[in-house]
Amino acid sequence: MRLLAASLLIVVTSSASGDELIYDRDVRPVLAVHCLRCHSGPQAKAELRLDDRASLVGARGDSPAAVVPSAADASPLIERVRSTGDDRMPPKGPALDAAQIALLERWIDDGASFDALDANGHHWHWAYRPIARPAPPPVVRADWPRNDVDRFVLARIEAAGLEPAPEADRATLARRLALDLTGLPPTLEELDAFLADPRDDAYERYVDALLASPAYAEHLARTWLDLAHYADTHGYEKDGRRSMWPWRDAVIDAFDEDVPFDAFTRQQIAGDLQPDASATDRIATGFLRNTMINEEGGVDPEEYRVEAVADRLNTIGAVWLGSTLTCARCHDHKYDPFTQRDYFRLFAFLNQDEPDTVPTSHGSLAGGATETVPGPPAADGAATQASTLVMKKADTPRTTHVFAGGSFLSPTVAVDAGTPEFLPRPTGDGRDRAALAAWLTDPSNPLPPRVLANRLFGIALARPLVATLDDFGTQGDPPTHPELLDWLASEFVRDGWSVKRFLRLLVTSATYRQSSIADAATLDADPGNRLLARAQRVRVEAEVVRDVALSVGGILSRKRGGPSVFPPQPDGIWTMIYNDDRWVESAGEDRLRRGLYTFWRRTAPYPSFVTFDAPSRETCIATRPRSNTPLQALVLLNDPAFVEAQHALASRMLERADATDAQRIVHGFRRATSRVPDAVELDTLLDLLASERTAHPDAIEAPWRVVAGVLLNLDETITRS
Amino acid sequence: MRDELEPRRCTRREWLRDCGIGLGSIALASLDAKDALAAGAGSARPPHFRARAKSVIHLFMNGGPSQIDLFDPKPMLVERNRQPIPESFTNGERFAFIKGTPKLLGSPFAFARHGRSGAEISELLPHTASIADELAIVRSVKTDQFNHAPAELFMNTGFARIGRPSLGSWLSYGIGSANADLPAFVVLLSGGGQPSGGYSCWGSGFLPTEHQGVVFRSGRDPVLFVNDPPDVARDSRRRGLDALRALNRRRLDTVRDPEIATRIAAYEMAFRMQTSAPELADLSTEPAAVLEEYGATPGEASFANNCVLARRMIERGVRFVQLYHRGWDSHGTGTHDDLLTSLRERCAQTDRACAALVRDLKRRGLLDETLVVWGGEFGRTPMNEERDGSQFLGRDHHPHAFTMWFAGGGVKRGITIGETDELGYFVVRDPVHVHDLHATLLHLLGLEHTRLTYRSQGRDFRLTDVHGEVFAPLLA
Repeated sequence: MRLLAASLLIVVTSSASGDELIYDRDVRPVLAVHCLRCHSGPQAKAELRLDDRASLVGARGDSPAAVVPSAADASPLIERVRSTGDDRMPPKGPALDAAQIALLERWIDDGASFDALDANGHHWHWAYRPIARPAPPPVVRADWPRNDVDRFVLARIEAAGLEPAPEADRATLARRLALDLTGLPPTLEELDAFLADPRDDAYERYVDALLASPAYAEHLARTWLDLAHYADTHGYEKDGRRSMWPWRDAVIDAFDEDVPFDAFTRQQIAGDLQPDASATDRIATGFLRNTMINEEGGVDPEEYRVEAVADRLNTIGAVWLGSTLTCARCHDHKYDPFTQRDYFRLFAFLNQDEPDTVPTSHGSLAGGATETVPGPPAADGAATQASTLVMKKADTPRTTHVFAGGSFLSPTVAVDAGTPEFLPRPTGDGRDRAALAAWLTDPSNPLPPRVLANRLFGIALARPLVATLDDFGTQGDPPTHPELLDWLASEFVRDGWSVKRFLRLLVTSATYRQSSIADAATLDADPGNRLLARAQRVRVEAEVVRDVALSVGGILSRKRGGPSVFPPQPDGIWTMIYNDDRWVESAGEDRLRRGLYTFWRRTAPYPSFVTFDAPSRETCIATRPRSNTPLQALVLLNDPAFVEAQHALASRMLERADATDAQRIVHGFRRATSRVPDAVELDTLLDLLASERTAHPDAIEAPWRVVAGVLLNLDETITRS
Repeated sequence: MRDELEPRRCTRREWLRDCGIGLGSIALASLDAKDALAAGAGSARPPHFRARAKSVIHLFMNGGPSQIDLFDPKPMLVERNRQPIPESFTNGERFAFIKGTPKLLGSPFAFARHGRSGAEISELLPHTASIADELAIVRSVKTDQFNHAPAELFMNTGFARIGRPSLGSWLSYGIGSANADLPAFVVLLSGGGQPSGGYSCWGSGFLPTEHQGVVFRSGRDPVLFVNDPPDVARDSRRRGLDALRALNRRRLDTVRDPEIATRIAAYEMAFRMQTSAPELADLSTEPAAVLEEYGATPGEASFANNCVLARRMIERGVRFVQLYHRGWDSHGTGTHDDLLTSLRERCAQTDRACAALVRDLKRRGLLDETLVVWGGEFGRTPMNEERDGSQFLGRDHHPHAFTMWFAGGGVKRGITIGETDELGYFVVRDPVHVHDLHATLLHLLGLEHTRLTYRSQGRDFRLTDVHGEVFAPLLA
């Protein structure tokens, strides 16, 4: 088991080419364990810094250089680490072992280079190297793979001496596919049609139907909202309302139409700069206007303008580059090759704009109606006219400076817009957002296809290849399947950046179709499921928890788009001192809309979503945590929105004409879990029903509501399995 | 150093595996033993070294109380009342609202010395004055932030923007809770809603969400959705949960996913919280004399009630109770936010209960192991704000110097620490930056601030970032 764990990690570090030693990859980790605690940074002992080549190879006062490049035998550093006397380094703790000393010697004999690029001029770190298209590896069980994805996965499983899990049963797959691709469980009609479909390609047809459904677009858009940190309020103290839902609807449209992701990228970042930009193109740039706005007194507008630009850059860094750019705002990145200058050169692309709006009547799904924002009336009693925040290039170019310590009060040298030195250069010489978007979608830029392929893999399989979705740097997790990741990234670009086709590729794989139940050997060997030798079992996300309950109860509204809505919420959530805005519950079907349409107030998001780990949407969030808490139990048991779903499910069971109790229960159980209960499960629920009838002999609905409550609280009901 | 914290960092799933608890045994064993596990935060963990305090009550006077009118008297301001402030103080300064050259404002309130320590406390706080010998009054706190939301976030998380874990969630992560029926970190609100920084003030940032503060609300539902719907009888609920547990257990046997075991335990704790939380929140069982001392009235949403609740939580093992009371933002634009009316009201709403809380904890032998902290997110200017020529007395936000007080576990008693200049503008002795404050609070709870770390986005984060020194003058 230990051997296996070790072999899982080794794959990445040894994947770089050749035998050449790279300081950051090979040498630094050894020094970090034994030496750097004392010999690094400005306070280094004996003024010897092993993290700085000049210090390492230069004489310090009377002391000779610690390292003589190309002459390990003549290097005092080697002498000291080899010593068995009092002068041994490190003075305390274990000595370096023979292999570590040999590595240092070889590195010094090769010239003691600190260069991060290998002989081919490629960065040593996997994420910054050009994307290869590895050939799918050979496998023993040649009949298992359904497509090339599976060959990469199976090769690893076989190398570990394990077997993939068997294929899940059809009902489980139907439910898993529906949850992954639409965020809703299948209706019983959809489920039964699929189960009864005798055709060879029934599975693929089912997948295609899901991908073509409006629910797919809503579900994919929802994942985009966290990244964009979409909200219906400005944030900060006053947290007043804004009207960004037309942008949200435009995102739904884009996923519906399967706009290629490179084109989608250009719209989101620079739609307004496209030739003959339409109102819709301009609305797309609302992506960058989901930044917070501080309306508090005394704020320096320039400070918050700079913060908004920094937030946009942080978002783009996380979403397309998988990089923690913010670290390079105040100083060169401590771990990754981004310099502070790189940061402000990227900043400069985004620093040429001024705020603009598009009247909300242009909202794509609003049917041309001009919206007024409900809520507190303006001072003169008139309702405020809403408009969507968008980007606009300023008439006068703005000079960007490197800010000392990241503070806008300390501008230093001026910089031009440009991309980081260690990544491929843009083809054009533009200096605006359009140029940045072009670089992000240039196939030579290795980061975006890798980052996007990984994120989509995570959406489809509930377990991304790189666990740190927004950190592909040296401190992020390495990919579990580096070759598969590269193959997928190249495939995504080759197939025209189509999100639908890419997801289809993933969910039609044998890897996807595995059961989530693993044998004991696999569980023992791979508790974290790094090998993908079973399906990942996870609780669905906050909005999906809601959508599942309403859908199981048969009361979910399928109305699409439009202004955000106000489903039932407990009193007191919105009590704010600087804002007397009120939550006025929506009427009619707007109470029962999908979670993504719920009004999102940054300082007080919808309580049940918060309990199920939804973020505040103040900054870009690539990964939500998945907690499992008693407060979640209380939501599912007692939140009026969920109680309403329980009552509805009870009605669905009761309204079955001429049905037995058992048949009614089976119906409810299938609505909740997409499967038929076994005999023990059925008996448990029949017993419960009987006890409730005994306790409440006059009630007809009440016993069924208790049963429905159990069904909607099952672990299985809120789990993708 | 990492190794020490490794067990805390590992996922529950790994914990189950590494501790050799077979999956079968989870399904069969009594689930009660695992309730604490399910709650995560609900199990106590040893600190780094001997703790001086076991729990904290943070009385967060939200809005920024005026130190100059409460704890840091400045005779020179009175002498130079309404004279322009020397420019040397205000060069390059930014204010939230003050424009032009501001004028000094002497406190309109009288100060007297109290207790054996002779602490100088304003006439607005007679009850606090009566416990002067229990207090360590620190006049030299400073922050980096001068607007509410960033300053609140900074005071809570050590970072002026959202996304970092708050002090309470760090404590929950670091030492856990001593009560499996209640969250480790509870937040109570009074004075009109939540702070400007919103729920990020008690958020868990990148820490697991089980560590975030849980808001106990005033009134019928102390925890959101803690009460059963009106048409659900308690015995029905129990039978329903029994069936739910049986079904979930059956699924666990088949699937062997430890998350199911966690969920089963979470439902059991939820069921117990349905009893423990309302019981906790029910002040009608408190003796009349106690309620009287605090000025509390059962059923009301008030700071006084929250102080009684805080004591009840500490008794039950809650690790960190944070009370927010809003309304200290004394700009002087009207009677709703001036010194003469509004500040006096705010003091009247809180003074008695603060003192009663400290006395009550002491009487019950809890003060030695409970740290009580009083203060806001920043202080107020020595100058009159006079926004738009307002005739009401008021002061703008002031980050450079303000006062907080401490009482109980591990801090000195009957002492005033730190000093500001003669106008009260800057700290001149014993400065305590917010990062130092955090290092000190963690120290008192037995945690070394440089060792309490959590890995996120590729680096180890801590509450004090790369700053913070334990403030020795405060320690007993």
